[in-house]
Amino acid sequence: MTNYLDFEKPLAEIEGKAEELRALARQSEGMDVEDEAKALDKKAADMLADMYKSLTPWRKCQVARHPDRPHCRDYIDALFTEFTPLAGDRNFADDLAVMGGMARLGDRPVVLIGHEKGHDTKSRIERNFGMARPEGYRKAVRLMQLADRFNLPVITLVDTAGAYPGKGAEERGQSEAIARSTEACLSIGVPLVSVIIGEGGSGGAVAFASANRVAMLEHSVYSVISPEGCASILWKDSEKMREAAEALRLTAQDLTKLGVCDRIIPEPLGGAHRARPDTITRVGTVIEEMLGELSGMSRKDLIANRRRKFLDIGSKGLAA
Amino acid sequence: MNWITNYVRPRINSIFSRREVPENLWTKCDECGQMLFHRELAENLNVCTNCGHHMHISPRKRFEALFDGGVFGKVAVPAPLADPLHFRDQKKYPDRMKAAQKGTGEEEAMLVAEGEIGRTPIVAAAQDFSFMGGSMGMYVGNAIIAAAERAVATHRPLILFSAAGGARMQEGILSLMQMPRTTVAVQMLKEAGLPYIVVLTHPTTGGVTASYAMLGDVQIAEPNALICFAGPRVIEQTIRETLPDGFQRAEYLLDHGMLDRVTPRTKLREELITITRMLMGLPPAVLADLPPPAPTESDAEPAQPVMDPAEKSAEPAPVVPPVKS
Repeated sequence: MTNYLDFEKPLAEIEGKAEELRALARQSEGMDVEDEAKALDKKAADMLADMYKSLTPWRKCQVARHPDRPHCRDYIDALFTEFTPLAGDRNFADDLAVMGGMARLGDRPVVLIGHEKGHDTKSRIERNFGMARPEGYRKAVRLMQLADRFNLPVITLVDTAGAYPGKGAEERGQSEAIARSTEACLSIGVPLVSVIIGEGGSGGAVAFASANRVAMLEHSVYSVISPEGCASILWKDSEKMREAAEALRLTAQDLTKLGVCDRIIPEPLGGAHRARPDTITRVGTVIEEMLGELSGMSRKDLIANRRRKFLDIGSKGLAA
Repeated sequence: MNWITNYVRPRINSIFSRREVPENLWTKCDECGQMLFHRELAENLNVCTNCGHHMHISPRKRFEALFDGGVFGKVAVPAPLADPLHFRDQKKYPDRMKAAQKGTGEEEAMLVAEGEIGRTPIVAAAQDFSFMGGSMGMYVGNAIIAAAERAVATHRPLILFSAAGGARMQEGILSLMQMPRTTVAVQMLKEAGLPYIVVLTHPTTGGVTASYAMLGDVQIAEPNALICFAGPRVIEQTIRETLPDGFQRAEYLLDHGMLDRVTPRTKLREELITITRMLMGLPPAVLADLPPPAPTESDAEPAQPVMDPAEKSAEPAPVVPPVKS
């Protein structure tokens, strides 16, 4: 059962019709509908290709948030072995919105940190929809420092609407926790690579993505504020999210021009959720390549490289 | 556009506005409603003399009160690309900028200065909430980096006064990137072994709080300042729960261990002198150091050899204080 996005409705109709036809044929013998169904399939495929050829920024936001999109857990299961989760911030709690631990990428031991949104109602609530509290960022700091001590590269997978805006989170120092996590990213003497796999939501994302290399999936987004939030503040109307998404330049394509994203990982036709294993493999390859580019660099150079990268951001506009 | 609109009307308006001047001598405190005499309020650093409410103060006014004799030098900030995203909402971003520049008379939302406080050399940076909500864009990022670089080059501590609604949306992702950029600036100071003192003023929220404003060696806030990541309205909408009194205010954060001190603006200067001198390993400030020496005193002692100013800044010679009983 495919979950269709609102703009995919015409596609859902055609694919539904083809499905119906085939179901009908199975029930009544001697009825040959295959030609017709195939024509419909072809029409649907063309429509899909056409739709995804040039997604608007707002549609990209929708694809990036698609419930069936592969999440952190899926990447960990498929790309890494010996995953050993490490829990807790040693102060207050373990935040399940952030997955973290050690694992092997091939033979190489690495430290993994990522936002996990969950895949059904139960796990989504458990994971707080991928919105981390201070404990999540403090766990990340702890893991980055562990990686730094034992010389393990760090891989972060970013997929969050943002840090959790709650009473407890604020009381326990959400802003300080985010600031410390960004600081940890910028101080560790080991390679740090980051992939935005879905939503890169503001400070909650930057706290993991202040990395040597930042890659983005083709239809993922990374922004200072959600289009809805921006629309309600600047347009005084949260329904203007299409305009806001356009203005914010939050797509992987625009962010590459701005020097924020180092490389784009192409998604299968119709988005990551239509061919999950394929997407995951592509992400794995890019992680290996990015780590390869950083191998052999000294601790000092890795830190200097990261700082230079961020200090230089903003020196060229969209035109460059 | 003709002679009447360009010349006659402004002249007429100016005559009328001149008549309103007497009314402009008073400001009403937004907290207690007390009518306050402008000059008195300014002398008290825009703190209500009746209820102690801290009103907005511009970086320039703050620096005039902070630095010895009101003297400071501006530290140059490299200009960033203007309107990098060609951002347009209901208004164009460059138009909003022009309005803010006209309204505040400042170039951007942060002012960086160097000078002495209690004869202690410092670099200071202050954010201007009246300039587009003090929002952190590329300029503010550049200003903090310039401040840190200047502090490292001259071996001075950095004191930063934060005030912002958060990141500047009109610069999109580039405003978000100021979080890591300013964090690098803070790291430069730490590596040089220089104190970084943050004074959080009303309001400090969003990406600003979640980066340089929370990374100080000493964290001070002005009374009742709103300091948070997500604002109270956002939280109420998200969790549909009423928030306790004083939630996210300076005193609340102090209670929850997120700040070192809450200090009234009128006491800040003295406190900053004390703290920076201790952290910089300097002898205590001398009371008589604070006001500029009266001209008659120096005339009375012409026999004193003139000190090399470089030596003086390395270790300020304490002037003998008039003993107070």
